[in-house]
Amino acid sequence: MTLAVERPATKSRPPRPGPIRRLKDSYRKYWYAYAMIAPVVVVLGVLVGYPLARGFYLTLTDANSLNSARTIGVNHIDATYQFIGLDNYADILWGPASYDRFWSHFIWTVVWTAVCVALHYVIGLGLALLLNEKMRGRTLYRLLLILPWAVPTFVTVFAWRIMLADSGIINSTLGSLHLPQPQWLEDPTFQRIAAILVNTWCGVPFMMISLLGGLQSIDSSLYEAAEMDGANAWQRFRHITLPGLRSVSSTVVLLGVIWTFNQFAIIFLLFGNTAPDAQILVTWAYRLGFGQQPRDFAQSAAYGVLLLSILTVFTTFYYRWLKRNEQLAV
Amino acid sequence: MSTTTAPQIPAAQTATDDDRPAGKEPKVRRRGERGPLGKAVAHGVLGIASLIALFPIVWLVYLSFGPDKDDYLHPGGIAGKATLSNYSQVLQHTNFFQWMESTLIIALGTTLVGVLFAATTGYAVSRMRFPGYRPLMWVLLLTQAFPIAVLIVPMYEIFSELGLIDTYQGVILVNCTTIVPYCTWLMKGYFDTVPIEIDEAGRIDGLSPFGTFWRLILPLAKPGIAVAAFYSFITAFAEVPFASTFLLDDSKYTFAVGLQSFISEHDAQWNLMAATAVLIAIPVTAFFYLVQKHLVTGLTAGGTKG
Repeated sequence: MTLAVERPATKSRPPRPGPIRRLKDSYRKYWYAYAMIAPVVVVLGVLVGYPLARGFYLTLTDANSLNSARTIGVNHIDATYQFIGLDNYADILWGPASYDRFWSHFIWTVVWTAVCVALHYVIGLGLALLLNEKMRGRTLYRLLLILPWAVPTFVTVFAWRIMLADSGIINSTLGSLHLPQPQWLEDPTFQRIAAILVNTWCGVPFMMISLLGGLQSIDSSLYEAAEMDGANAWQRFRHITLPGLRSVSSTVVLLGVIWTFNQFAIIFLLFGNTAPDAQILVTWAYRLGFGQQPRDFAQSAAYGVLLLSILTVFTTFYYRWLKRNEQLAV
Repeated sequence: MSTTTAPQIPAAQTATDDDRPAGKEPKVRRRGERGPLGKAVAHGVLGIASLIALFPIVWLVYLSFGPDKDDYLHPGGIAGKATLSNYSQVLQHTNFFQWMESTLIIALGTTLVGVLFAATTGYAVSRMRFPGYRPLMWVLLLTQAFPIAVLIVPMYEIFSELGLIDTYQGVILVNCTTIVPYCTWLMKGYFDTVPIEIDEAGRIDGLSPFGTFWRLILPLAKPGIAVAAFYSFITAFAEVPFASTFLLDDSKYTFAVGLQSFISEHDAQWNLMAATAVLIAIPVTAFFYLVQKHLVTGLTAGGTKG
């Protein structure tokens, strides 16, 4: 649509040429585009496509660390795993104990994603609205509030682990206020609350900064006009701020959902190898493949494929829903 | 989607100028909008939020001065016996510098590959509508949604066959699965902001598309490349699952893996962990503050364009 390259297409040309001719034309017209995308296509094919296909094949086998190909010292042992068809999926989705292993984690993952993204968004928007006002010290607040985003997650999670530990600062503070002192890192319910807490703390700054950017792009004359017409603060927020933020919001919510759903580091580092109940599907899949003996490669890969399917379906629907809404809105 | 997100770029850029949009604010609106009470509430909320944001880090720094590994249980005692012994212990008697070396090798390697491979593709998808454009964009977007669980098992299998387990190359390659598509999006977002007239001028002057890209666009896109490079660096730096799985030898650990090694089931050296964490966090955080203005722009622009 943009380069001179494509201009010849608009010239009046004789009737449509044959398929081979068309192929040649298209090659001549687009070859630099293909040359330019070639590196990424090759990388994606080799590093993503091939492992993905291989991983999918693994899910159809009973591969684990005992029957996979491996090298011990100088001896190479060939893989001996068998093709077992869709048994892994059947086992995960409706086999015995499928509730304990898959569905309970699935429900928790959905709850985790929904709660975390909602908290990220609401807190982020609230802080962004405050930061958007003209007040003293705004830059300082902004710098301080970005801090959780600036420090690497793997560092801050350990900070939280120390704070949440029994007789850590949080519990001793709660104790001195005569409040109950939950076992944040041992009790299943509180493990989940702790995970949400830490993830919220880590995720709010990104939302806040993105939404602040959105807020500052809203034309202030709209507010002026609304005020002239007698709109109160809530009406201005409802009818100017929220619609003005729509495109930023839809992006950050999509990213937030994907990131939270796939959040690995926080849960993995917060609980180590404990807390089976607080594992979301991603960390649970990792645990099957690498956190136990024997390592169950096939089931772990099957979880991966299921996760990817869930995310693909979600992203596709979200994308369509956005498109439809935007058409309506514009 | 691209039409609606296009205005986002200038939006996010102005996000960082604190004074400009506020300066434009009409007096009419400010008058009577917020009295002293409202101001106090706003300051109160922001103050508390900043405190919550700051506290875990401050606490970590504070604990890092306590010489004993159980000092975090009775933090009041640290003030009286604060010492830098944890730091000297970490710097002299752990693999800190080896971890730093591995982290830098892996992060720089990933960045280099990511940026190098992504640059031309970002340009192509920004400027040319070729058959296969939509599927490519869709794959690039989808790759960002990949849960690590889907690639880590087959990658482990492939790498053990190729002898890439416990090598830097292995981790760099596996990091590239997420970094390359990511950089491509980021750079597309940036190239979109470079006026198309520049390309046209180059073409009229007889440059090939490659020449245009190399001589005109790339130099203009330096800030965008810097953002992509920075982001890949940070991502690879803090990457946990792949590095934890593919690096076995504790002298090859990255910081993210090395930090975990202070805490095992039997022995948790929280004091050393805290000191190491502080040593890691200081340069990264400082660096982050220098460039954070540009980050959001790239992230939101790259995330949505379809």
